[in-house]
Amino acid sequence: MRYLPLSPDDRAEMLAKVGVATIDDLFADVPADKLLTEPLDLPRRKGELEVERILGRMAARNTTASSVPFFVGAGAYKHHVPASVDHLIQRSEFLTSYTPYQPEIAQGTLQYLFEFQTQVAALTGMDVANASMYDGSTAAGEAVLMAHRVTKRDKAILSGGLHPHYAEVIETLCEMSNDRVERLPADVTAAEDIVSRIDKETSCVVVQTPDVFGNLRDLRKIADAAHAAGALLIAVFTEVVSLGLVTPPGAMGADIVVGEGQSIGNALNFGGPYVGLFAARHKHVRQMPGRLCGETVDSEGRRGFVLTLSTREQHIRRDKATSNICTNSGLCCLAFTIHMTLLGQVGLQRLARINHANAVKLADRLAGVPGVEVVNETFFNEITLKLSKPAADVVERLANEGVLAGVPYSRLAPASGLDDLLLVASTEVNTDEDRTALVDGLKGVLS
Amino acid sequence: MLNRQGRPTAAGSAEAAETAGTFTGNRALIQEEALSFEIGRYDTTGVDLDEPEDFAPRLGALAREGEIGIPGLSEPETMRHFVKLSQKNYGIDTGLFPLGSCTMKHNARLNEKMARLPGFSDVHPLQPVSTVPGALALMNELSHYLVTLTGMTTVALSPKAGAHGELCGMMAIKAAIVAKGEDETRDVVLVPESAHGTNPATAALLGFKVREVPAAEDGTVRVEAVRELLGPEVAAIMLTNPNTCGLFEPQIVEIAQALHEVGAYFYCDGANFNAIVGKARPGDLGVDAMHINLHKTFSTPHGGGGPGSGPVVLSERLAAFAPVPFVTAGADGSLTLVEHEGDAPDGSPFGRITAFHGQMGMYVRALSYMLSHGADGMKQASEDAVLNANYIRAGLVDLMSLPFPDHPSMHEVLFDDEWLKDTGVSTLDFAKAMIDEGYHPMTMYFPLVVHGAMLIEPTESESKASLDLFVAALRDLAMAAKAGETARFSGAPYHAPRRRLDETRAARQPILRWTPPQPVREAAE
Repeated sequence: MRYLPLSPDDRAEMLAKVGVATIDDLFADVPADKLLTEPLDLPRRKGELEVERILGRMAARNTTASSVPFFVGAGAYKHHVPASVDHLIQRSEFLTSYTPYQPEIAQGTLQYLFEFQTQVAALTGMDVANASMYDGSTAAGEAVLMAHRVTKRDKAILSGGLHPHYAEVIETLCEMSNDRVERLPADVTAAEDIVSRIDKETSCVVVQTPDVFGNLRDLRKIADAAHAAGALLIAVFTEVVSLGLVTPPGAMGADIVVGEGQSIGNALNFGGPYVGLFAARHKHVRQMPGRLCGETVDSEGRRGFVLTLSTREQHIRRDKATSNICTNSGLCCLAFTIHMTLLGQVGLQRLARINHANAVKLADRLAGVPGVEVVNETFFNEITLKLSKPAADVVERLANEGVLAGVPYSRLAPASGLDDLLLVASTEVNTDEDRTALVDGLKGVLS
Repeated sequence: MLNRQGRPTAAGSAEAAETAGTFTGNRALIQEEALSFEIGRYDTTGVDLDEPEDFAPRLGALAREGEIGIPGLSEPETMRHFVKLSQKNYGIDTGLFPLGSCTMKHNARLNEKMARLPGFSDVHPLQPVSTVPGALALMNELSHYLVTLTGMTTVALSPKAGAHGELCGMMAIKAAIVAKGEDETRDVVLVPESAHGTNPATAALLGFKVREVPAAEDGTVRVEAVRELLGPEVAAIMLTNPNTCGLFEPQIVEIAQALHEVGAYFYCDGANFNAIVGKARPGDLGVDAMHINLHKTFSTPHGGGGPGSGPVVLSERLAAFAPVPFVTAGADGSLTLVEHEGDAPDGSPFGRITAFHGQMGMYVRALSYMLSHGADGMKQASEDAVLNANYIRAGLVDLMSLPFPDHPSMHEVLFDDEWLKDTGVSTLDFAKAMIDEGYHPMTMYFPLVVHGAMLIEPTESESKASLDLFVAALRDLAMAAKAGETARFSGAPYHAPRRRLDETRAARQPILRWTPPQPVREAAE
């Protein structure tokens, strides 16, 4: 077996040194009737070539985003990632290292975490960011739990513009931890009155911008109302590229900002792994979940970095910890940091303008298609279409014609009854030909 | 730009001056590297993008104003920056990484190659299900392997990491208790003293009261100790097996029976499943739920702290409560993706724990590992991991103190610091001296049940020659400690990119982001 260095002779010699006759003597504590004597009913070992064939066949059955006109978004976005990013994250010293608990031999990881935290804080307009979470949705769940700790209240109010899957993650977490959630109905045109729902029991208001329908939301009045009631405003985003062009939540009074960072540096990966971003205000830093990297010096006075404020964490505090989270999203976080370093603010702003320009072009062209209504007044790179036919059927038919047109809202929230809504994302990868294919396809299906 | 950040700013010891006394602060291949914020430029980008033609923005009144504050670097500068950072890290490919409980085994590059096949990496979680039959097939195949290896009924794939898997498994248990109308009365979870910190943190998050189970003198949990704590208020136990002392719990079957007799559930922390793959099945032992760290047992890379993946296998008693989304197979082999609670054919999912389908990239790597090893290779890997740990134990037992000598070790061996008594050397010092010898330290001060714990897990990836050298190096260190050569330890590491870092200072006045230096004039005021 290519991955196992011990030879039969090695094993015999080592068993003798250990002082046992057979390997099963070392498994003596396994109840005798539970120790497997026959091999399990699974295939035998395979060489690289055979494994490549098997997995290659499976992979070939999927339609890839790069191979078709592609407008699918709703929380994960197809972007171009520079080749150097994937090369760098595969450096052995990054790929095969552990959580940097031994900082003297983990300064590489720690320094990029410090750079990442600085980048995320700058992007979101917040004071501090942690070293990443699993993904945007779990970061949103953790943000609500943090708001409960800060306010010592237990009722979260969720905007109807919040991604339904994010809302479900928060609902599940709160239901299981005996907290309350008030979820507003789907709010397609950003018209909801969330301010009047805030009361003295409210721990936090959770608002997404751009929201799941693509609308940009001004958070300032909501922030003021929340603060007046002693509650926190949690701002959510699922498209981090938007922060290159849109007012950051930190400048609109948000207390916690969470979101999905996949768009920068990371592939679609059918949903994961991704990288959750989590930023907050200085005054709440000791209530933050997840890992934090901080600057310090070594015994010779040289600057260095360590994981810090770990007295919040499970391995120290156990049942009193701020979160049960143990890991972050290290390598995805590194990919984000590298891609963002390549972009710089200049590149990010330009990338964001291209995304926005492509979405505007598409919206303008779709507005002229019979049976299509563009719902949004404002948007970044994703818009919602109201179609004259059920969106799920339209998407399926266009998929058969080789166009992946977007996400039917009913796919995210079947019980909403909003069967005619289609979420359509545009990024820098979309060309004029892609847009023509979508416009023509919709004309054909809706006629 | 010359980086002076790494140059000593305080008077160091004689040997520090000797080794660091270069103009740049570099020492040949060990190079200092400033932050990207210090070497980057605010008008630079390393990505060529064309400015779009003029258009009318639709941002309303929400256009971002002012600078963002993130400098850029060209591609060659970016490469150098991150390559230099990588050279300050220790990885499995650098050398033996005996971090107990963390299972730092070889990360096969075939698995990386497979995960990057566009058919897996360039596929969106919400594109039409009809366009992703291969993705569903992969998830189904991985599930088949996990269920077969564990002898359980089903698996919830979506948890993003081990702790998330714990949360998912305990949520399934809570859902089962609610379904039986017992949630008002069953609110206690038993957790052994030796447990991972995530266990009590998870239980507390779900509103359970944590009750500690004392360990017996031999490092295991006895069924009598569990029985004493059992009552109608007990919802579950969270027990790691093999446990965090590296021992297989000999009474695990009796413990499971005792729990089931009072209507409680058995959550097994599967962090150490790698010791028993192909040797014993948790389902046969009475386990109701267990997370599997794909990044430990099935070698998906740890990546400096993630991404992990923590699927949870469930017994028949809990299978119906698995969260959405999941893939089901029909009698004809057809696969369905169930994404909503209402669509579950027979079951009552407790909800959703992440936006999409979980860590697909990790599923591919884990399945690639499983296909490569096969049933025979996985069993051999478990046996080799156990043999390697016991070989290290045999090589060190005469010098170091073994708190639990009555049982064979499984995949890791636990020493305590009894043998360091009166030497002036602590577990921490000893670990830091290992760094100078070219090794990553073992897990220290965990589990909490012994004093000054040193938990060594070599994994199956080490050759006999590698183990022999490691044992010899540790023996040399141990003898030096006993001979009173404290300087070798108290100042260690001497040869790493950094000496010991001041963690107290980091926590007392946290600096969690870079900020632009104050202009000199301001600083002088």
